[in-house]
Amino acid sequence: MANVALDPHAAIATTASGVGAALTTADGKPLARALARSQRRARRRAFLLVLPLLAFILVTFVIPIGQMLQRSFYNDGFSRNMPQVSAWFAATERGTDPDEAAWAALAADLTAAAEARTIGMVGTRINYDLSGARSLFTSTGRALRGGLEPPYREALLGINEGWDNPMLWSAMREASRPYTANFYLAALDRTRDEDGRIRQVDERQQVYVMLFMRTFWLSLLITGLTFLLGFPIAHLLATLPMRKSNLLMILVLLPFWTSLLVRTTSWMVLLQQQGVVNDILVWLGVIGHDQRLQMIYNQTGTIIAMTHILLPFMVLPLYSVMRTINPSYVRAARSLGATSWTAFRRVYFPQTLPGLGAGALLVFILAVGYYITPALVGGSSGQLISNMIAMHMTSTLNWSMAAALAALLLASVLVLYWLYDRLVGIDNLKLG
Amino acid sequence: MLDDRLGDAFVAFEHVQKSYDGQTLVVKDLNLSIGKGEFLTMLGPSGSGKTTCLMMLAGFETATHGEIRLAGRPINQVPPHKRGIGMVFQNYALFPHMTVGENLSFPLEVRGMGKSEREARIKRALDMVQMGAFANRRPAQLSGGQQQRIALARALVFDPELVLMDEPLGALDKQLREHMQFEIKHLHERLGITVVYVTHDQGEALTMSDRIAVFNDGRIQQLAPPAALYERPENSFVASFIGENNALPGVIEELEGDKALVRLDGGGVIDATPVNIRERGQRTTVSIRPERVEFKPEMMPPGAHTIEAKVLEVIYMGDILRARLAVAGSDNFVMKMRNTIGQTRLDPGQTIRIGWHPQDARALDPV
Amino acid sequence: MKTTLILSTALTGMAFAVSAQEVNVVSWGGAYEMSQVEAYNKPFTAETGIRVNMIAADNPATPLKAQVEAGNVTADVFDVEVSDAIRLCDEGALVEIDHASLPPAPDGTPAVDDFVEGALLDCAVANIVWGTVISFDTTRFPDGAQPQTAADFFDTETFPGKRGLPRNPKRTLYLALIADGVPAAEIYDVLGTDEGVERAFAKLDTIKSDVVWWEAGAQPVQLLADGEVTMTTVYNGRIFDAIVAENKPFAVIWDGQYMDMDMFVIPKDAPNMDAALQYLKFATDTQRLADQAKYIAYGPARKSSAALVGLYQDGVTEMAPHMPTSPEALENAVMDNPEFWADHDTELTERFNAWLASS
Repeated sequence: MANVALDPHAAIATTASGVGAALTTADGKPLARALARSQRRARRRAFLLVLPLLAFILVTFVIPIGQMLQRSFYNDGFSRNMPQVSAWFAATERGTDPDEAAWAALAADLTAAAEARTIGMVGTRINYDLSGARSLFTSTGRALRGGLEPPYREALLGINEGWDNPMLWSAMREASRPYTANFYLAALDRTRDEDGRIRQVDERQQVYVMLFMRTFWLSLLITGLTFLLGFPIAHLLATLPMRKSNLLMILVLLPFWTSLLVRTTSWMVLLQQQGVVNDILVWLGVIGHDQRLQMIYNQTGTIIAMTHILLPFMVLPLYSVMRTINPSYVRAARSLGATSWTAFRRVYFPQTLPGLGAGALLVFILAVGYYITPALVGGSSGQLISNMIAMHMTSTLNWSMAAALAALLLASVLVLYWLYDRLVGIDNLKLG
Repeated sequence: MLDDRLGDAFVAFEHVQKSYDGQTLVVKDLNLSIGKGEFLTMLGPSGSGKTTCLMMLAGFETATHGEIRLAGRPINQVPPHKRGIGMVFQNYALFPHMTVGENLSFPLEVRGMGKSEREARIKRALDMVQMGAFANRRPAQLSGGQQQRIALARALVFDPELVLMDEPLGALDKQLREHMQFEIKHLHERLGITVVYVTHDQGEALTMSDRIAVFNDGRIQQLAPPAALYERPENSFVASFIGENNALPGVIEELEGDKALVRLDGGGVIDATPVNIRERGQRTTVSIRPERVEFKPEMMPPGAHTIEAKVLEVIYMGDILRARLAVAGSDNFVMKMRNTIGQTRLDPGQTIRIGWHPQDARALDPV
Repeated sequence: MKTTLILSTALTGMAFAVSAQEVNVVSWGGAYEMSQVEAYNKPFTAETGIRVNMIAADNPATPLKAQVEAGNVTADVFDVEVSDAIRLCDEGALVEIDHASLPPAPDGTPAVDDFVEGALLDCAVANIVWGTVISFDTTRFPDGAQPQTAADFFDTETFPGKRGLPRNPKRTLYLALIADGVPAAEIYDVLGTDEGVERAFAKLDTIKSDVVWWEAGAQPVQLLADGEVTMTTVYNGRIFDAIVAENKPFAVIWDGQYMDMDMFVIPKDAPNMDAALQYLKFATDTQRLADQAKYIAYGPARKSSAALVGLYQDGVTEMAPHMPTSPEALENAVMDNPEFWADHDTELTERFNAWLASS
């Protein structure tokens, strides 16, 4: 299948065999088979040529992303290191009160985990669902090194009364199966109560859904702004004589050649309250010295800086499409009686749609995943969901949570891509 | 007939000049009147200013100086969409994102026409170019000839009185081009519209036009009906640009009324009709069409001067025989003979004497 | 994931020529790494002949976790924060370090008694103590009316201007509580309760609209220098650099200092285990820790080093008063509590982000 898709001739061969099934070659062999044989060599060679790239993509892209995504629903930190109590959970119904067997299994597992130094992993896993549980495990683990005597319930409660918490047992039951939807629930500001029902988290802790909405809203806004700013520039570039448009193109591409951090920092210098723009406004008397505008370290900063950084991704596809639009189309429309606005709206603009679609898709998808710029200039109101992903990757080291957030982001981008395909058609896309 | 048209000039250029850079003129003092219902062709090499003139008429270029009038009304300040001129472009300029029907509907929609009337007109226009079944196709699904017809239908669908065509057949192959030439010509006759047609193909110009304006170097070199242009070119450029032509440089030896004797630079004296010659001794170029050259004395008028020619080669071309001769120092003198049963066969190396009717040889300005 | 980690670590690994005597150390880069090169690495190589390869990371705990998970450890020593040291140790990623094997102080005091409290963990040995302190621009406030306490940081009426704070709960909530009158020693007891968290957020609410949030350590110094804020919290080493090396008119408030340590850890399966242990012991001895203070204003984790701390590399500035471990600095200092944060980081971070996002 793979090589059929890769080799255009293969598709033709299939059609040919369907049509000419009854035909034979001069010496009586079926024509279709002869054709397939004659093309097999070429097909194999074509496949071998793309093999390195295929392997490269597989190794560096598909597998890592797949494994990353797997973390979002698979975490065996508890089940692997606590086999006995996990078995007890598997054998009993949700809501069963822990009996002595459960306590014994727990004690045995905890002792083993403490010796194997895996108890931290177990605690970390439970802590994802129940804040504060980690220290319960690690401190119990330290106290356990001498071993435990039955009855285990009393023995464990003697070490820490927290072991009696029904929320803890509910969380352990959840974690006893390596497959879990809890990270996705958490990524949608949901959690499970002690009966396993899904409910919203405390209002003071709801953050992800709002950030997803904000990310999409801001990305949409930034896409719109790059369109408004980029369209006239692209048009100018496409209509100016080559020499002038090349110069202008350098100005458009300049941000590309500058380090992202330098660009972001220069926005700080320009936009901060003691910055250049405010200085000029004060000097001009537009605003008073104590009315300096807050244009950075908030949403405005994120929007301005990201619009600037992503502008070339809108301009370039638009430009390459506009370059190919013959000026005679607009002339034809004018000669047919259209005003210049009607000619633009009904004849020129529709022909730029492939470039616009490509540019908008590029900018939007890049904006959705951006994190350095919002982190530096976004203050508190300009943070995006990717900043949370980065935080979970590098600071809280909760990779499962990062993976769940990233998977949701990926899924929503794919949905948008699908929508785009349905509404505009992906074959209409022109990337340059 | 010509004068009638000049009387009620439908389109008029008056002292029109055009410069793009403020230093050179691409159109130099253009004066041209086009009558209503006329098929006028602007013919000339590329860069001669013909397309610029068309674009000024359409409104896409502004005249640097002078006035352009349409139906008596100055249109210099009228934007293109208010001129009501139909136009067919070199690359057809069919809107690729619209179907054929939508393309035709466009000029009607922008004129605020109702749906039923639009449909009727679109159908009529498509039928007119025999493309009635193609209304729902996209331009990309049509052949070059079909796109050409649609472009024509679109330029005509809103009933303009004037239609401009900018090398509309340039992209078609020879056979299709000739076929379309007739169709356009017939449409023009049937609809009674005025057509200004730009081409660099003289064959096309000769076939289709009522009058041809030959452009060169920003000026109209000659404005005349096809036959006059071919047979009575007024200067060397027109003579050499239209049709095949032999040019022989020389000096006027005798000048008497509409007859002149020219002493050729390569030796020999020949008859010619003086065209833009004022006095004896003036330098001139004598222009003679290959098919008007005779080598049999009985075909020449009595007393005609002849000169010696040596046959260099004879090419068989089916309907005609084409001989290349060495005449008066030139090795590129061409003579065409009809391929008839009694035609005398010439052989390379043979020496003959050639001559012609004096009115067929025109003494023009020196090249 | 595993495959990329293997690949990327393999690529990193290729940078090191395979030789018998070398050790790979992952640290934080910048001036801090420079101070380690000068104070630890150069004398170590001179004395033992073992080459030290320094690798910079944004947070060395991230590549450490990645390498361990991929089962392909390529570096030997990592400089990590305390909470990460504890977490990674609990997860079994690190080797345990025998405290008795660490060199004693010059006067013979055993290492276990010489290191400051909390500096020795099962799997980690601290090298420096660093503080997050309040700093302000002295030119923005009149003489005699300069801010002096953490409470002044929250008093925007008396001390007008914007405030710089890092965008995380760990280094903001404590400051709110200190300013609200909670003694440094009771911070974690208060923060462990719901009411305490509410109280901290309520205090932060009073300056929320005046805060410029910073992310990276270099930002607060820049914000102060640009006049974008009049007061900010900042890492003490960074602000020392601005004051002493760049002569900026900034001053430090030690009240409400938040003390952190950086620790050396060695992952299980470190490729040069012996050299790694040798390096760790050498780098955390009394002289080396004292030497480091010559290059950066972070305090040595050994008590015996304090006496050996001398002048800054400019040869003029006395380092002792700039140490986060000086008596003045310790008066009302909050010590990092990694156990607390290991338990509550996720919860409080989510609450903090929700608080930030709500207007």
